[in-house]
Amino acid sequence: MQNKKYTRREFIRNLSVTALGGMAIPLLSSCTKEEAEDFLQKHFREMTEEDKKRVISKLEQRYLQKYGRKFQISTKEAVPETFWGYGLELSRCIGCRRCVYACVKENNHSRHDPQLQWIRVLRLKRGNLINLENSEHYYAPDLVPEKGFIYLPVQCQQCQNPPCVKVCPVHATWQEPDGIVVVDYNWCIGCRYCIAACPYKGRVFNWAEPNIPKEEINPSVHYLGNRPRMKCAVEKCTFCIQRVRSGRYPACVEACPTGTRKFGNLLDPDSEIRYIIDRKRVFRLKEDLGTEPKFYYFFEA
Amino acid sequence: MEKLRETLNETWHFYKKTLILVAQGSKAYYGWCFLLLAIIIVGFLSYLKQHEVGLIATNMNDQVSWGLYIANFTYLVGAAAAAVLLVIPSYVYHFKPIKEIVILGELFAASSIIMAILFVMVDLGRIDRFWHMIPFVGSMNFPQSLLAWDVLALNGYLFLNLLIPIYLLVKFYYHKEPNWKFILPFILLSIPMAVAIHTVTAFLYNGLPARPFWNASILAPRFLASAFCSGPAIIIIIFQIIRKISSIKIEDGALFKISELIAYAMFLNLFLLSAELYKEYYSQTVHIAAFRYLFEGLHGHNQLVPWIWAAMTMNVIAFIIFLIPQTRKRLATLNLGCLLIIIGVWIEKGPGFVIPGFVPDPLGEIFEYIPNSLELMVSFGIWATGLLIFTLLMKVAIPIETGKFTHTEYEEKISAFKTLLKKSIG
Repeated sequence: MQNKKYTRREFIRNLSVTALGGMAIPLLSSCTKEEAEDFLQKHFREMTEEDKKRVISKLEQRYLQKYGRKFQISTKEAVPETFWGYGLELSRCIGCRRCVYACVKENNHSRHDPQLQWIRVLRLKRGNLINLENSEHYYAPDLVPEKGFIYLPVQCQQCQNPPCVKVCPVHATWQEPDGIVVVDYNWCIGCRYCIAACPYKGRVFNWAEPNIPKEEINPSVHYLGNRPRMKCAVEKCTFCIQRVRSGRYPACVEACPTGTRKFGNLLDPDSEIRYIIDRKRVFRLKEDLGTEPKFYYFFEA
Repeated sequence: MEKLRETLNETWHFYKKTLILVAQGSKAYYGWCFLLLAIIIVGFLSYLKQHEVGLIATNMNDQVSWGLYIANFTYLVGAAAAAVLLVIPSYVYHFKPIKEIVILGELFAASSIIMAILFVMVDLGRIDRFWHMIPFVGSMNFPQSLLAWDVLALNGYLFLNLLIPIYLLVKFYYHKEPNWKFILPFILLSIPMAVAIHTVTAFLYNGLPARPFWNASILAPRFLASAFCSGPAIIIIIFQIIRKISSIKIEDGALFKISELIAYAMFLNLFLLSAELYKEYYSQTVHIAAFRYLFEGLHGHNQLVPWIWAAMTMNVIAFIIFLIPQTRKRLATLNLGCLLIIIGVWIEKGPGFVIPGFVPDPLGEIFEYIPNSLELMVSFGIWATGLLIFTLLMKVAIPIETGKFTHTEYEEKISAFKTLLKKSIG
């Protein structure tokens, strides 16, 4: 019965898609070959193991051609008994933005015109923290830290109650069992409702076709994470899903020269993040909005 | 079954006749249609360019991620909802002067909805994946996402506003009494649906705590109030044009009734706005930033300030015009008031509503957005599409309403032609 229903649904889908396709001939002619190939691709969560394999080998070929490198594209699922949390010690951050650029490199961001970044470091005058209206996003002194300022790095806060997931009209973004909010870049329709809904500016949009120099590409990717994206799809921090699901730290944690950034499993009572939550004074950004971030800012004792 | 086939046959015949009717017209008619077509083509070419390079072709960015397109969308949903102000007096209260023209109003609503939907479509980055949103085909996030609600509500309202007038027009064409038992439920349903489309559109913005400028519960009532000003104002202007260039009779009484309704709606609109302004300015919380940006400028950024004050001035002047019976019931001042409202409300709930939601952004950054020429071209193209659709609909609807385009006319012509043919052969 289940099977029958599925085929009918697929039949209706293919039929209507064909009809729509026929009406859009002039538009289609301006589509790229890749876009045409991906046109009927299923939602990631509806794919069978075989579908996934097919898509992965298609992408491997495509990336090989485009970047001249053999990619490892993982679709590794969440590790059981994990629920990721992040800690950021504000008193240590010196505003050097090494995390920003480590992230750009690790996660295969578009590099120029525009360069996309998942981490923003805000410079605040001492005496401010909650009202961000006077924050400076584009500070560029010769040396950091600067006297009289503190730095507040902001990225996707991996909310437990994510407003971006709620508003997406097509289920293109969801929360994984390990708490990471991911995007199926191939399912996103580019309406940008999630960008409007996010209180942390955790999402950025590929306004143009992203560009990455061949020699800077990171070929070790996850399908829901740092694989190269396409134009007009939204993207966001995934806590480096390609790393954390294989037991490594996110790139920003590794890159930080001052040990500001901490990461761990919230379900493990002996993890560093649990230690921080239990012993330090932690707070979360815009807690009053009820988004329940899993990103904890804290001060030394 | 037999009856259904007859209806289908009748509709098909009617459809063929309308195609012929639409293709014939005066020089002015052709000129107007080709002008609109030219604008549409320029708009479409601009859109093709945007489609090719991505939304980078617009001036939107990660700070102000919605712009002119969504502003126009919001305004047009309101304009479409306003048809209800004709539907209620004509079908519920049987107010005769409006009953004669209600079909034109419904077709206006249909054209507005089509424009609104087109504005959403051009704003989508991935039009090729539009099918992901179609229920049962893609994966619609209903009932969680208000955008999914909006897709259903807009399409439902479009369906109603095509079904009702077309059904009635076909009946008039064949000089048949409409089956009110069949069509009345749809007419009555279109009343709450009109309110629903605009409420859902307001909720789309309203439910985002990330954007305090939109996150005010007064938003949906404000949307409805301003929609019931701007929509009828457009309808008043259009009706005067129609009665000038066609033989249809539209009584002044109908126009004055509509303008009276505008006066009430404008009062509500201004009252709700002032309630919101009072709350923000008296309490002076951090949420005031967007209002400051809009009304006074924020940290030296004041691009929208002249626009919003122009809009406020227009709305207040128009309110006074519509409040005083003498100015409301003189066509010259009435038309001035309508124009002021059309522009004033467009600024207020188009760019003046969408942009401040993004300025300052949730992390306090201020980016001043102004649409570029491509966005303007695409927008003009869509407005021209709506106007063309409305023109063609009017080309058919008006001759039916005035009794010039009917089945008997057609049959008489046919029989006259046949006798002529017989004579010439004989």
